[in-house]
Amino acid sequence: MRERVLRTVWPAVPIILAVATTALLVMVYQADPVQTFSALWEGAFGSPQSTFLTLAFWVPLLLASIGLLMTFTAGLWNIGVEGQMIMGAIAASWVALKWTEAMPNAPHWIFLPCSIILSMVAGALWAALAAVLKTRGGVHEIFGGVALNNLAIITTNYFISGPWQPPEGGTFRGTEPFPEYALFPLYGNTRFAPLSLVLAIIALIAVALALRGTIWGLRLKALGKNMRASFMLGISSEREAITSMMLCGALAGLAGAVRVLSWFDSLRQSISGGIGFLAILIVLLASLRPLLVVVISLIFSGLLTGGSVVELRTQLHSSLSGIIQGTLVLFMLLFGDYRQLFRKRKTPAEEVAEEQPVPVEAVES
Amino acid sequence: MRVELRDIHKYFGTVRANDGISLVFEPGHIYGLLGENGAGKSTLMKILSGYQAPTSGDILLDGEPVTFKSPSDALSKGIGMLYQSPQDFPPMQVVENHLLAYDNALILDMNKGESDLRETSRRFSFELDPREYVDTLTLGERQQMELLRLLSLGAEVLILDEPTTGISAEQKEILFDTMRRLAHEEQKTIILVSHKLEEVQELCDEVAVLRAGRLVGTQKIPCENRDLVRMMFGEEIPRQPRPELRSEKTVLELKDVKIRTYRLTLENINLTVKEGEVLGLAGLEGSGQRLLLQACAGLLPVASGQVLLDGEPLKGKRSPFFWVPWLAAAVFVVRFIWLIVLLASGQINGLRFAGQTGVAILLAGLIWLIGTVLISWTSEDPYHVFKRRGGAYVPAGRLEEGLVSGLSLTEHMVLAEPKQEFVIDWAKARKDIEERIKHYNIKGRPDSRAEELSGGNQQRLMLGLLDSPLRLILLEHPTRGLDVTSADRIWELFQERRREGTAVIFMSADLDELLDRSDRIAVFSGGKMSRILQTSETSIDEIGHLIGGQEL
Repeated sequence: MRERVLRTVWPAVPIILAVATTALLVMVYQADPVQTFSALWEGAFGSPQSTFLTLAFWVPLLLASIGLLMTFTAGLWNIGVEGQMIMGAIAASWVALKWTEAMPNAPHWIFLPCSIILSMVAGALWAALAAVLKTRGGVHEIFGGVALNNLAIITTNYFISGPWQPPEGGTFRGTEPFPEYALFPLYGNTRFAPLSLVLAIIALIAVALALRGTIWGLRLKALGKNMRASFMLGISSEREAITSMMLCGALAGLAGAVRVLSWFDSLRQSISGGIGFLAILIVLLASLRPLLVVVISLIFSGLLTGGSVVELRTQLHSSLSGIIQGTLVLFMLLFGDYRQLFRKRKTPAEEVAEEQPVPVEAVES
Repeated sequence: MRVELRDIHKYFGTVRANDGISLVFEPGHIYGLLGENGAGKSTLMKILSGYQAPTSGDILLDGEPVTFKSPSDALSKGIGMLYQSPQDFPPMQVVENHLLAYDNALILDMNKGESDLRETSRRFSFELDPREYVDTLTLGERQQMELLRLLSLGAEVLILDEPTTGISAEQKEILFDTMRRLAHEEQKTIILVSHKLEEVQELCDEVAVLRAGRLVGTQKIPCENRDLVRMMFGEEIPRQPRPELRSEKTVLELKDVKIRTYRLTLENINLTVKEGEVLGLAGLEGSGQRLLLQACAGLLPVASGQVLLDGEPLKGKRSPFFWVPWLAAAVFVVRFIWLIVLLASGQINGLRFAGQTGVAILLAGLIWLIGTVLISWTSEDPYHVFKRRGGAYVPAGRLEEGLVSGLSLTEHMVLAEPKQEFVIDWAKARKDIEERIKHYNIKGRPDSRAEELSGGNQQRLMLGLLDSPLRLILLEHPTRGLDVTSADRIWELFQERRREGTAVIFMSADLDELLDRSDRIAVFSGGKMSRILQTSETSIDEIGHLIGGQEL
């Protein structure tokens, strides 16, 4: 009982510690911590406007994190998630910019589904490239991912400054705004698209169930823990690796589409805003638990959108939210696992001894 | 040094690994410590060597009570333990490993270390080259190196944990001679932890037998094996006569098989295994028997020749999409030639030619990528084909190759099940694993994780996960680390399978096991396979000669 209460309440401890540390830091700069945090809260969830802004930022972050749940379970470090988002964004932009131009008489509702599907295909293929480089070419997915991320950024720049350049020319910032009917339907005057949230929730439930209750999820888990033994048990490591990477890429591609079709209204130079890398951090902090992924990604989104209001209200820079985020990560790593914390510290010899399995025979005889 | 253990208790949670053990080890004697898996031998010796502290009880050295903070503390007080797996640094030279024990010099005197090492190894007739790199040594040589280190650090008491596992017969002789000399000439105290009766009989003066954490008694050697078995197990296991189960139907056939690895080449292997037959593979570790076993399972490609399972060649399933990458290449080549024609006829300029070539490369790359993904989804590894056709392979490395640490027994069951539904039926899987746990006498619960089981139980779990009926089972060291009763039980279960027509091929380092369990035996030496011996017509002597490479 006590154990259960502790387990539910404990995740709050690192958050409280991070807030306290940041408050001390704020006081060093002679600002009022109460005012600062209320500004942060207001910027994140204080008004409907800010709440929707946070949600709009949260949805693509959640999508990318859900995708990463699959690859991390399989033991694949899909650093390329950033590039997969960008490729998804490019594919969605292609539909929203060029298909609408080429098919002016087509019914307007047709473009958004096409954008969504194409962005997922593009993300999946970009991920498949990293996966195939790993399984066939022996390139580790981290190096392949980093290279493909850069390649994706270069591709965006090529389109922005080349074929998709706005007619007035030469700015290196983005394409023309897409026609409104090609975008996600936005809620009121915000950047938040309810449809994207619905898609993210469907993805979350599907992935969480698949990882827990299907043979596919169990295979990924086995692969992530011991590739050789999984192979000997009959699991095709290549097939599962490529599949999980492609599914992750598809969700990342969708996240990219959400970025261009709701957060922005055009293809920009830095379309992902670092969301892919943030998602990696979130999934690692949540140690692959879907529910924690939801909570942590929401907190991080709130911090990032609230930061700008802090700058307006106080003398502090908006990077304060980055500081809170950093201390939060630090405290989660330090105090995140209460069992580890309360366990007696061991001498190195005892630690080694623990690796030896306890003879179970003795219990029963 | 006289060692006395007084009323040692060691609990792991509710598990009583040692329960009130008192023993005395006198200098100048060699003691054996016997017991089946999980009897508490290793725990007791880890306590004596400072690896872990007892829950209660005293250790007295020459009458003085001592406590150990760590293994190195125990060693400084004169107690050295030779572990089953070498505690050394494989990428370094022997002399560097040796000198690492003396951590107090800033600049190491390699030459002195080398000459010291040469001298001491000559004294025990070890053949150790100080300048050799450790990862090129055999297990036996690494053991010798470890032994020299312990002795030079002043060990008066030597504990050897299953020292003969994985070393050659010759190295074993040298080791035993050394032990006798150390005990009888230099008055050292030697403790041999083992569950091999023959070794204990050969080497020891006295044995202590443990069972379920308690001391059953001590026994002067020589004595009847029967008495020791009775102490270890409480009863004697009668050996059953082997039923003849071999039928005329061929399960596995190897035709002129050649296997090549960078170390070893096996050539001209011809072999037929019938239904219900047990074929034993003998030989020193690394003589080629494992390679053959792996080739039979499709884990290792054969350089030439054929492996036939039930008359059909064993090979991976080719994907129906194998042609797609070729299509990609063809698309590119055709487009490129066409572009050259256009360029030559002046219809496009060089810039456009380059651009179009780039587009062609991207298109071909896309086709290639999709094709490769389709291929990896639809093709099947030879080993997985082997499994699907009723083969099984049980590797020796339990947590390295056989089982996934971190997964529960139930999860293993789900993965091993031959027919897999997409949505897991956990209730059914749990029922299945409970049945296997009972049938195979695995000490563990359905939600225990694989790494929580003891070695013997992990072995039983791996065997318990095998599907049935099977056509062919390939085993690396099926009973290594198991006690006599467990090993008998395992082989009994194989008998059941043999009646269903399953053929068994196993490799083992235990000659008794090979002679007791196989219908026929093939002996490997340096990559050469002997003619196949009928077990009923051969002897330990003959196999011994063949292992040594004679009469081939």
